[in-house]
Amino acid sequence: MKRLLRSILPPLIPLVVILIALELIVRMNWVPSYLVPAPTKVFKAFVNPITARELWQATLDTAIAAVIGFLASVVVGMMIAILLSSAGWVQRAFYPYAVFFQTVPIIAIAPLLVIWIGFGMPTVIASAFIVSVFPVIANTLSGLLSTDPALRDLFRLYGASHTASLFKLRLPYALPNIFTGLRVAAGLAVIGAIVGEFITGGGIGGVIDISRTQQRVDKIFAGLLLASLLGITLFGLINLISYLTLRNWHASERSEA
Amino acid sequence: MTTIVAAQRAVGTSVILQDIRREFPGGVCAVDGITLTINAGEFVAFLGPSGCGKSTLLRMIAGLDRPTSGSVSLESKSRELQYDSKRRSNIAYVFQDAHLLPWRSVLRNVMLPLELMRVPTREREESAMAMLEQVGVADFARSYPAQLSGGMRMRVSLARALVTQPQLLLLDEPFAALDEITRQQLDEQLRNLWLSRAMTVLFVTHSINEAAFLAERAIVFTRRPARVVIDHAIHLPTERVNALRTEPEFAREMKTLFDALELGG
Repeated sequence: MKRLLRSILPPLIPLVVILIALELIVRMNWVPSYLVPAPTKVFKAFVNPITARELWQATLDTAIAAVIGFLASVVVGMMIAILLSSAGWVQRAFYPYAVFFQTVPIIAIAPLLVIWIGFGMPTVIASAFIVSVFPVIANTLSGLLSTDPALRDLFRLYGASHTASLFKLRLPYALPNIFTGLRVAAGLAVIGAIVGEFITGGGIGGVIDISRTQQRVDKIFAGLLLASLLGITLFGLINLISYLTLRNWHASERSEA
Repeated sequence: MTTIVAAQRAVGTSVILQDIRREFPGGVCAVDGITLTINAGEFVAFLGPSGCGKSTLLRMIAGLDRPTSGSVSLESKSRELQYDSKRRSNIAYVFQDAHLLPWRSVLRNVMLPLELMRVPTREREESAMAMLEQVGVADFARSYPAQLSGGMRMRVSLARALVTQPQLLLLDEPFAALDEITRQQLDEQLRNLWLSRAMTVLFVTHSINEAAFLAERAIVFTRRPARVVIDHAIHLPTERVNALRTEPEFAREMKTLFDALELGG
């Protein structure tokens, strides 16, 4: 309990200070309230039944799209990484395209997605998938390629099949790297989803876009908070799964135990 | 006692090396023209300076590397355990560090070779448990490698190697990273394991003391590329305990090996 307090209290102090300062700045009219909302006003947006429903619905939509996009990038990204790791020439032939794909900004691809897929959640999911797939590929690949050579020899010595080496050695060995990729991908999936929503509407991105036209900075801030809350939740979930999986064996998770 | 040992020694794999040469890309020659016969059931130490190419030789015997020229052949005397190039299960290899799978418990690490060879689950667990008892880490069967000391990890690694009842056990400086006391304990244990089983053991080391204590025969190599300086039969009692290391006869064997190492440069 004491340890919990010690880790939660310090980051709360600057938060409270900033909130009070903001409230003061707006109340004293030092900054007009159509530029920066008073924290209490943002809070009201969460409490007011109409805006609250709109915000929670938007968050749910974004969450669904981000999670589906993220899961798709986990499955597809890992499969691509396994294929790339199968032979040196495969990697040399295809990896540059994965890198190229990664460097094209999602905001520039989103309009294309609308043309190809149409308005609505599928486009948002695709957008989340496209931004989050590369970290999964890159980290899984580097994990798969870093297998202990002695252990590879050991598996060869006992005549292990290709599948056995993959599932009993290479993939488990790559797990710490894979989790690193998933942590990055989870945050990016939320960003990708919101970018998609800016173009197609709906979700947190849609709320922010509409609120902008209505000068509702309080709702914009509420949307921002919800978006980061969503990202943090996903990140924490991955961390939890990573901890439960690796706690017995990996140094990065053991120091905490 | 001696007759029993002699009878057991007749089984195991014999290793015949014919003019082995191994050159790596870039022209570095690790092994140059080695011809040797290791008899079935022998305990042979490969002694040489670090990085002299003796590990490369061991890898070629295991089939993990191929010689540039020359041939490696393994023969097993017992008919039912004929060496089969496709199923190398008759060979076990112990590396310089334990190299256990960190995500598996000790027991499941030892079960791994049997698993890869598709031995039924029940049998796997029984054999692995029995092997852990033999090396004295049965109490830690459910622990994970990260929770064990270096010496215990190496014991688990030995158990993993022996669980398939190999005919040929290859060890590449297995105890080099351990402290002196643990190392001597493991030497003694390995020697006893060899005495109680029908297997050929090849032990790569750069320690004269270890080679003299463990082996029936020590082959001393030159600096890279590895060539044989002497092939020396060690005349020490069959049953060896650590106290032997302070006996004059032990010192005499060590001197022979030391001189050979000096000669090899």
